[in-house]
Amino acid sequence: MTTAAVARRPRNQLLPALGMIAPAALGFLVFYLYPTLRGAYLSLTEYNVLGSPVFVGLQNYVDMAKDDVFWNAVRVTFLYVVLNIGFQTVLAVGLAVLMHRLTKSVLIRGSLLLPYLIANVVVALLWFWMLDFNIGIVNAVIDAIGLPKVAFFGDEAWTVATIAGVNTWRHLGYTALLVFAGLQMIPASVYEAAAVDGAGEWRTFWRITLPLLRPVLVLVLVITVTGAFQVFDTVAVTTAGGPGNASRVLQLYIYEQAFARGHFGYASAMSVVLFLVLAGAAFAQMRLLRAGESDLS
Amino acid sequence: MKRKMLAGAVALASLSLTACAGGSGGAEAEGQIDYWLWDSNQQPAYQQCADAFHEANPDLTVKITQRGWDDYWSALTTAFSSGTGPDVFTDHVSKYPEFVANGQLLALDDHIADVDLDQYSAGLADLWVAQDGKRYGLPKDWDTVAIFYNQKMVEDAGLSEEDMQDLDWNPEDGGTYEETIARLTVDANGVRGDEPGFDKDDVAVYGLGIPGAGYENGQTEWSMYTATTGWTHTDKNPWGTHYNYDDPRFQDTIAWWYSLIEKGYAPPLETTIGASVNDNFGAGKSAINISGDWMLSTYFGYDGVDVGLAPTPTGPNGQRASMFNGLADSVWAGTDNPEGAAKWVAFLGSTDCQDLVGAAGVVFPAITSSAEIATEAFAEKGIDVSPFTTHVEDGTTFLFPVTDHASDVHAIMTPAMDEVLGGKADVSSLTEANEQVNALFDGS
Repeated sequence: MTTAAVARRPRNQLLPALGMIAPAALGFLVFYLYPTLRGAYLSLTEYNVLGSPVFVGLQNYVDMAKDDVFWNAVRVTFLYVVLNIGFQTVLAVGLAVLMHRLTKSVLIRGSLLLPYLIANVVVALLWFWMLDFNIGIVNAVIDAIGLPKVAFFGDEAWTVATIAGVNTWRHLGYTALLVFAGLQMIPASVYEAAAVDGAGEWRTFWRITLPLLRPVLVLVLVITVTGAFQVFDTVAVTTAGGPGNASRVLQLYIYEQAFARGHFGYASAMSVVLFLVLAGAAFAQMRLLRAGESDLS
Repeated sequence: MKRKMLAGAVALASLSLTACAGGSGGAEAEGQIDYWLWDSNQQPAYQQCADAFHEANPDLTVKITQRGWDDYWSALTTAFSSGTGPDVFTDHVSKYPEFVANGQLLALDDHIADVDLDQYSAGLADLWVAQDGKRYGLPKDWDTVAIFYNQKMVEDAGLSEEDMQDLDWNPEDGGTYEETIARLTVDANGVRGDEPGFDKDDVAVYGLGIPGAGYENGQTEWSMYTATTGWTHTDKNPWGTHYNYDDPRFQDTIAWWYSLIEKGYAPPLETTIGASVNDNFGAGKSAINISGDWMLSTYFGYDGVDVGLAPTPTGPNGQRASMFNGLADSVWAGTDNPEGAAKWVAFLGSTDCQDLVGAAGVVFPAITSSAEIATEAFAEKGIDVSPFTTHVEDGTTFLFPVTDHASDVHAIMTPAMDEVLGGKADVSSLTEANEQVNALFDGS
């Protein structure tokens, strides 16, 4: 390639390049950047959507610091994320390893993804019915084998765990599929070498699979943790935050403040805080787990 | 959240579209009046009204949009703010004060002059006059509450239908009302709630099914008890500025109500989160429910359950009580055709439409003579609705509390009532919730 050709390239390709990214950039500007900036501005106002925003400075953030329901929502949300991500990640890695090491059947691998193909709300309502205290099939079975029935959604001690469990059930196959894709990137020669050296399945998993899977696992964690923090629909169509405030997660509280109570400024302020928390969590995960490096090289 | 964000994006898009169109109202056809309602049971009757209206006014066509209650209000708010709201919509007394405060409703006084307000059931028309003295809705229907009971279970308990029609209640021992509920409660071994050896931890059929803790108004949960003690939600109604959840009469009643759960006569609150109270009734898990007339077709629709109706019990003041709520049709301030919209509202509020709605037998129209047609329509279906109408005839109704800050009051009282009914807090904790509620009215 000559120097002249290199020098000429930008002039020729800048316009087409801009044209290519224009559709995506337009979408980004209209649907992400502008709403985000406007949301940040609204968080400094009192705004009920029907009137005009009134600038109030940091008042919404001061109110938030004193709002017990907000802090409770933060606690509930963190509890949900820990339970959901804990169950989901462990089970997904286990499932992915089974898919990788045990079966080559596309049918079995595909069927694991089935729950993910059902809409969130449908999954939530389905489990809401099946886990109902009085007329749900799960409690009918529990009752039949002589154990005390459980108010899965109604009992404060159970409700967050139940919601976390329902969402784990739905997202497990999808998460396992992502992990499985990561497993396939690990060269077979490493496993052959391990087998030659006499390593068993257990040892192979801890010494080879998990370390080499780390970059993919970090990506999966960033995606699923961010998704878990945004839990809304499952709660909205089942407990609606109850009993009391036991399942009032942050997103539900934000929605309620904005759309049910007309406090769009306050809701925007909470969204800004959630945004910062999520950005921080993603950044910490990337850093702590060294996502940019692979142990393969 | 996705669904809501999408709705927001669509609203944003349509906002810019209308902006491009110069605010002329977008693609709406000439002479079309958009009308929203939330109850799908009522849509066919109102379609009949719309057809009749079009016949009388060939230049105007009504397009009805139905949205479920859960989405209705947020969709309405979004549509208002994006300039695409319906010309006319079904309105609720707990919602319209905030719309008026934000200038979203058209005062009807200048547009509807010759309506006889005396044709409506007493009090309904007054609910829709805001604090500025202007009218923002014409009454379309009303509702009261009554006891729904399982006839077979009442018979098995050795009780007669006459017993059910004449129950009394008080907050100390619950009167014959609690005795009946105890009698109707049966544990897994077949022992009744008023018999020795009753196991309150293993109940097969609860005497009284409860839908939940009743939020701020307790319409079908506790308001029919509290009102007979002389207690009222607010200092005055409509437009009260002080709530009374700290009153001993209220707290004693709630304490009694909670005692039913402790005694095993009503389901623990945590078990009511799930299938609806009416579905549990339909599945034979409770013998008595209290509900509103809008649920009649649901209750009488359960296969294999013979449903009886009875009026709510008499209380300490010697009378029965029922909350009386009325919906109305309001006009959005941003309508592109105020005259046509007002014409449609006047038609909805006239016998021309309300007789049709009454004949459908799904709800009681606001006009007294149309409500009689509804009573006959229910009778033809074999349902004697006198337990609902008796409140209107005897004047034992009280109006749904109308105040500012209704959605904030709701958000504060919902978890507070849950805590008490869930046994997590004493009724005295409602005093603190009351302070929070009343703080909303300071300085407004």
